[in-house]
Amino acid sequence: MTLLEVKDLNVSFPTADGVVRAVRGVSFDVEAGRTLGIVGESGSGKTVLTQTLLGLTPGADVSGAALFEGTDLLQLTPEKMRHVRGARIAVIFQDPLTSLHPLYRVGWQIAEMIRAHDKSVSKKEAAERSVELLRRVGIPKPETRVHDYPHQFSGGMRQRAMIAMALSLEPKLIIADEPTTALDATVQAQILDLLQRLQQDFGTALIMITHDLGVVADIADDVMVMYAGRAAEKAPKRDVFYRPHHPYTKGLLESIPSSSAAGSRLRPIPGTQPSLINLPSGCKFHPRCGYAFDKCAAEEPVLHLVGETGYHTSACWLPSAAIGLSVEAEELREEVARGHHGDAVAAEFGGAASDEGSVA
Amino acid sequence: MAGDDNVLVRVDNLVKYFPVKAGGFIRRTVGQVHAVDDVSLVIERGKTLGLVGETGSGKSTLARCVAGLIPVTSGKVFFEGRDITNLSRRAMRPLRREVQMIFQDPYSSLNPRRRVGAIIGDPFAIHNIATGAERKRKVQELMERVGLNPEHYNRFPAEFSGGQRQRIGVARALALRPKLIICDEPVSALDVSIQAQVLNLLADLQQEFGLSYLFIAHDLEVVRHVSDKVAVMYLGRVGESAPKEALYGTPRHPYTVALLSAAPAADPDAAAARQRVILTGDVPSPIDPPPGCRFHRRCPKAQPICATEEPQLVPEGVSATSEANEPVGGNNHLTACHFPVAVGENLAAAGTRELA
Repeated sequence: MTLLEVKDLNVSFPTADGVVRAVRGVSFDVEAGRTLGIVGESGSGKTVLTQTLLGLTPGADVSGAALFEGTDLLQLTPEKMRHVRGARIAVIFQDPLTSLHPLYRVGWQIAEMIRAHDKSVSKKEAAERSVELLRRVGIPKPETRVHDYPHQFSGGMRQRAMIAMALSLEPKLIIADEPTTALDATVQAQILDLLQRLQQDFGTALIMITHDLGVVADIADDVMVMYAGRAAEKAPKRDVFYRPHHPYTKGLLESIPSSSAAGSRLRPIPGTQPSLINLPSGCKFHPRCGYAFDKCAAEEPVLHLVGETGYHTSACWLPSAAIGLSVEAEELREEVARGHHGDAVAAEFGGAASDEGSVA
Repeated sequence: MAGDDNVLVRVDNLVKYFPVKAGGFIRRTVGQVHAVDDVSLVIERGKTLGLVGETGSGKSTLARCVAGLIPVTSGKVFFEGRDITNLSRRAMRPLRREVQMIFQDPYSSLNPRRRVGAIIGDPFAIHNIATGAERKRKVQELMERVGLNPEHYNRFPAEFSGGQRQRIGVARALALRPKLIICDEPVSALDVSIQAQVLNLLADLQQEFGLSYLFIAHDLEVVRHVSDKVAVMYLGRVGESAPKEALYGTPRHPYTVALLSAAPAADPDAAAARQRVILTGDVPSPIDPPPGCRFHRRCPKAQPICATEEPQLVPEGVSATSEANEPVGGNNHLTACHFPVAVGENLAAAGTRELA
């Protein structure tokens, strides 16, 4: 069952320097109980995307639709949004110290969350439920720890408290925005393990926003890779990691030091991300792409099916056979880049690419 | 060993405590943060010693002691066989040319109000090496070497991206042709694609200038990529140290095993197949470290002896209760554990203890 359906979402911010086009034409679905990983580097639009869904980007120009259980989140009044946010869709932010109020006790903050959405719950009941929630997320001695202030919690415990708060109203969807980035590796493992267990228990869907491909490999079912405000590739997890089509996805995977290639040179993506005010023409990745050909600078590709699974989509002009990390795929990519296989591109996308074939 | 020509830096039983002061008018010392507690290590010429550990394990403090930026509580630091422990500022100055640092945050380690040329040229000014046009030429050479456009000499740090700023930090560290560069989390603040660019740059410079690195990171894969030897720190002590292949191939300290299993790998099948050792709880406070082995309260293999007797850092086959203390960074695989993990032993199955 589709829980959330985002259609052609555009978000831009007018600034003194020009219009920042943070998200451009992004569409995706989240199924109930599943996990979507959104990966991208800083400035790729992944956070703006999800914050817009929750009405947390005041001042932005937003277009498109985001259907959650049949209602369009983008059309909700702020008042109606308050009933959705927290209760139906919960958020876990990156930095648990700044997301908790430093002057209120942790238990009070969880109880407040419960009572803000349901006045019929008595203060006593809410307090009891916050103890129970802290127990669920693995806080030792929750009866006494509810009376602690956030500074008395360690980083991992604070993030557990944030998860407890997110779960307090049994939401259908949790958006976790880099929930483990500020944590150490062993604590990150604890939190990811906890999220996965709770997700199973509660049947909650999860959108996991992260820059860490390792976290995605661990926890996601489907992955969307974002670059400069757009979805570059969207596929089931294994396709993204083992059969990437978009050169950006491939580049990200090759940038990570891994055990198999220890000691050898890394293959970084050259250059840096473009400014969102002054985007390059055509495919936004083409200035950094090793396989770019004429069409890439002229026309922006959209997500289209590649591979055989029927779920794997990529926004790249390379022919869909140029998929994966095999030698053949690499050869095909390089041939297209040199302009030899223009016909293959033309056959797939129609006319425009045929010129390049003849140029070479 | 002090006379060994291959050894650039040797640290003997280094201890660094920070006092904890009480509030109020008379700031009594009420405790000590045991930031680094009895660590010995060697850094070889032209090699990289990787230092991994979680927040608060003492990695950065250790690095600052080696660089002579903070006085040590006890222990000795030798640079090329010369005792440089707690030297005066004046005596330290010539040494500063030999040891340089690259910091984690390229946003706060560059003065935002100074131009890039001035920032990179500072080492020349401080050490009276080059002035005027010669300094500018040298700075531009450095900028070119680290992959910056020399024409950007007059720009401010704010005009550069994070990766470029880190290159500025590298150029500044490189200016005086040091023998040792201490890299404190040099790529943690960077995006993956940029991180790889900086790691490649550091590798090239090491080759070209024969640099030694003390490389601190919390990312195990990054450390594996750059290091020859790796030491794992936990709460101010070294738990395990070995040549890279041995440490990653056959880790013996339960903490190393847990850390390795916790590090997320960008490989879904490996992630699914992995036996993850989930540690319970958090790193204890370094103000009041646990008695015995500092890891025993979180260790799935802990026995009564672990709570009473502190294990020594010893080679394989030697009892951890014996009095051996070899410096970390040699060729030996050293472990400070009473019950080291055997090859093929499944620590995840040993059962993670539930939270109390």
